[in-house]
Amino acid sequence: MTLRTLRVNGIDREVTAAPDTPLLYILRNDLGLKGTRFGCGEGQCGACTVILDGRAVPSCDLPLWSAEGHEITTVEGIGREGALHPVQQAFIDVQAAQCGYCCDGIVMAAVALLDRVRDPSDEAIVAALERHLCRCGAHTRILRAIRVAAASIAESAAP
Amino acid sequence: MSHPALPRSLAATPRLDRWVRFDDELAVTVWSGKVEIGQGIATAIAQIAAEELDVDIRRVNVVAGDTTQSPDEGYTSGSQSIEIGGMAMRQACAEVRALFVAEAARRFEVSVAALRVCDGSIGVAGTDLATSYWELAAQVDLARDASGVAQPKAAALHTVAGSSVQRRDLPAKLTGGAYVHDMALPGMVHGRVLRPPSRGARLEGLDTGTIRAMPGVVAVVVNGSFVGICAEREEQAIAALKAARAAASWRERRSLPQSTDVRDFLPAMRAERTIVGRKGDLPVAGVARRLAARYSKPYLAHASIGPSCALARMQDGHLTVWSHTQGPHRLRNQIARAMALRPADVDVVHADGAGCYGHNGADDVALDAALLAQACGRPVLMQWTREDELASSPFGSAMLVDISASLDGDGEVIGWAHEIWSHPHSSRPGSGEGVDLLAAWDIDPPFAPSKPKDVPLPGGGATRNAVPAYDFPAHEIACNLVRESPLRVSALRSLGAYANVFAIESFIDELAAAANQDPVAFRLKHLREPRARAVIETAAKAAAWTPGRQGDGIRGRGIGFARYKNTSAWCAVIAEVAVGARLEVQRVIAAVDAGEAINPDALVNQVEGGIIQAISWTLKEQVLWDSTRVSARSWDSYPILRFDEVPDIAVTVVSRPDAPPLGVGECAAGPTAAALANALYDAMGLRVRDLPLTPERIARAME
Repeated sequence: MTLRTLRVNGIDREVTAAPDTPLLYILRNDLGLKGTRFGCGEGQCGACTVILDGRAVPSCDLPLWSAEGHEITTVEGIGREGALHPVQQAFIDVQAAQCGYCCDGIVMAAVALLDRVRDPSDEAIVAALERHLCRCGAHTRILRAIRVAAASIAESAAP
Repeated sequence: MSHPALPRSLAATPRLDRWVRFDDELAVTVWSGKVEIGQGIATAIAQIAAEELDVDIRRVNVVAGDTTQSPDEGYTSGSQSIEIGGMAMRQACAEVRALFVAEAARRFEVSVAALRVCDGSIGVAGTDLATSYWELAAQVDLARDASGVAQPKAAALHTVAGSSVQRRDLPAKLTGGAYVHDMALPGMVHGRVLRPPSRGARLEGLDTGTIRAMPGVVAVVVNGSFVGICAEREEQAIAALKAARAAASWRERRSLPQSTDVRDFLPAMRAERTIVGRKGDLPVAGVARRLAARYSKPYLAHASIGPSCALARMQDGHLTVWSHTQGPHRLRNQIARAMALRPADVDVVHADGAGCYGHNGADDVALDAALLAQACGRPVLMQWTREDELASSPFGSAMLVDISASLDGDGEVIGWAHEIWSHPHSSRPGSGEGVDLLAAWDIDPPFAPSKPKDVPLPGGGATRNAVPAYDFPAHEIACNLVRESPLRVSALRSLGAYANVFAIESFIDELAAAANQDPVAFRLKHLREPRARAVIETAAKAAAWTPGRQGDGIRGRGIGFARYKNTSAWCAVIAEVAVGARLEVQRVIAAVDAGEAINPDALVNQVEGGIIQAISWTLKEQVLWDSTRVSARSWDSYPILRFDEVPDIAVTVVSRPDAPPLGVGECAAGPTAAALANALYDAMGLRVRDLPLTPERIARAME
């Protein structure tokens, strides 16, 4: 067990854990950031996706030592009830969920995409969700929500 | 005391104070036995209560599936939560409203007809006289049984029920923790269970000493072949599980069929044949032509994105389990039996989980958590692994369906025979005499599971939707029930309806082709029921279905139709596909008639989800095995539909606000499967009768 400092949602947080602990469990159990979810532990489903230095990555197979020194953003860092990120708002406006378990990981992938590409094509959105699985079948709504979010971000950025 | 006029759940729990309470701060609590499993029921129940009570929906707090307080409404299953739970809530609230309005009428000395209820305030029309539910709460005693006399509002007066209210649980779920997986209690440890590698495997040896010595390990529980681990930190529990897996030796049986092909192993197994439906006599004369075909469907996994999880606490001899179970009251009794506790000493409190599509690992993991909490004396958050979720949850049964039809000289169907081979479709905890929880079979001494039995018609398990919806003059439906299953089987979304409707609707297309008739026209020719005709016609119109148009060798379109359970929602699905290296679904158009829609957008969401999940089952999914073990253990070995494989979907709701509401969670599964197979046939002239419609299967059919 070693003391490490992680920069999460813009704040430096100290955690004590074994250096090879997957970031997922640090976020959930040490920092109480439970919107990052366990789905497979093998980086195959996307439920645990966070943004690391602007890139959407699975946190379940990312060791603590390798996350140190990077800017980590979780779903709690982009918005909260009453002050939602446009992507979260779009998911609610479109009702782009059934159980919602896969959604926060997908929201993070969408935020990373929209931070990089203002007006992504449908193909680019689908490509950004390549590593994400949804079992309830909310896919078409999720894709629509991301398009709605892109439009809403573009609108608020317009002069 | 019987209440014949009451909805089923209200008859079982008639006391009104078990359903509704007016709280301080102008709020209302309603208790439901139907739990949120990702289908949006909590919102729909709130809409129904708000409508009937005439209070703002924001005042309505729904408490569901808590054995300390909610009514026992059995399982949240079978697309019945609106039909049964919703209608009980509607009647309970109508009764409560009537009692309060009567009390206000007494107080103001006016007739009931002079009173108006608006957001909980009860006023005399045209005057300043007003009171409220909260003001009168002390005068109106709800500790009384529902009478069945109060009339719920007419559909035309609905403003909240019938509107697309947003899901109330989503904001929390989209911003952080909201599931049982996210709960925590002081002193809580993290639990993992080393599941036997195959069904019935027995633990031969495990050196627990080295595992107990691992960092953070609090307890290693070995009870017969049940091995559980508790650790201070989650990653420590995972590491200990990995070490235990490497160290354990098991005695396994080579009990699985040599062939994984349903056509090979299922008819070879011992079965009990019964005739479950008969209409008229199958024709012996006047038969110009007889066609027959055999269809199959493999075992399917639930494959939820979030592996099952439960939190358990044993405190002063009282066990509380937070669980995403579909049946909290049944689970309570089962856990009590497995742990030799009195049911009164156990409570199960529903907490949301990941999407639930039937009897998955939710109940099993609850007993795991309870056993570990008892053993280590601390609260335990017990999390299944991805492998546990895929390989140890019950599967949906494999099925085989033979259909034959007799046609007269005009191509009209004059006789229809449908014969099924299937395992039972439900082994839910508490449905039989045994203990139906995984860990209970592994502990020493083990409990026996219930004797496998199927759900009888009219709902049906293997036989669900086996009776054709078409107006054939004669039919005979037989079921060969294969009670013993090589794999653990139980309820998966739509039970036998998926395979039966796939077979019926594929075969109808084969008959239409044989008669050289358009598939839509051929169906309508055999259907009198106006609501059935309406969904087919609505879907055909929305899809711009042109009679007689043929596929071009690459692109094709197909239709499937059913009335779910023959008693619930009508659904027609049209799929447009393109066949290249794989079967690509380009567009799906559906029409559904579910009577009154409590929440039209949520209804559409459920149907869209049902279609997409059924596309996944139909194109990609099958549980395979070697001689001993199930091979579905990761997303590599059990792939499901991905974002780049999902078509555009358009669902039209046929509006029937005055008709009783019908569940829609499962109605699209069978029609979707058939629509895909029929579209493949339309495109290529290839009839594939065995699911899934993988590239390999399609290639084989081309040979």
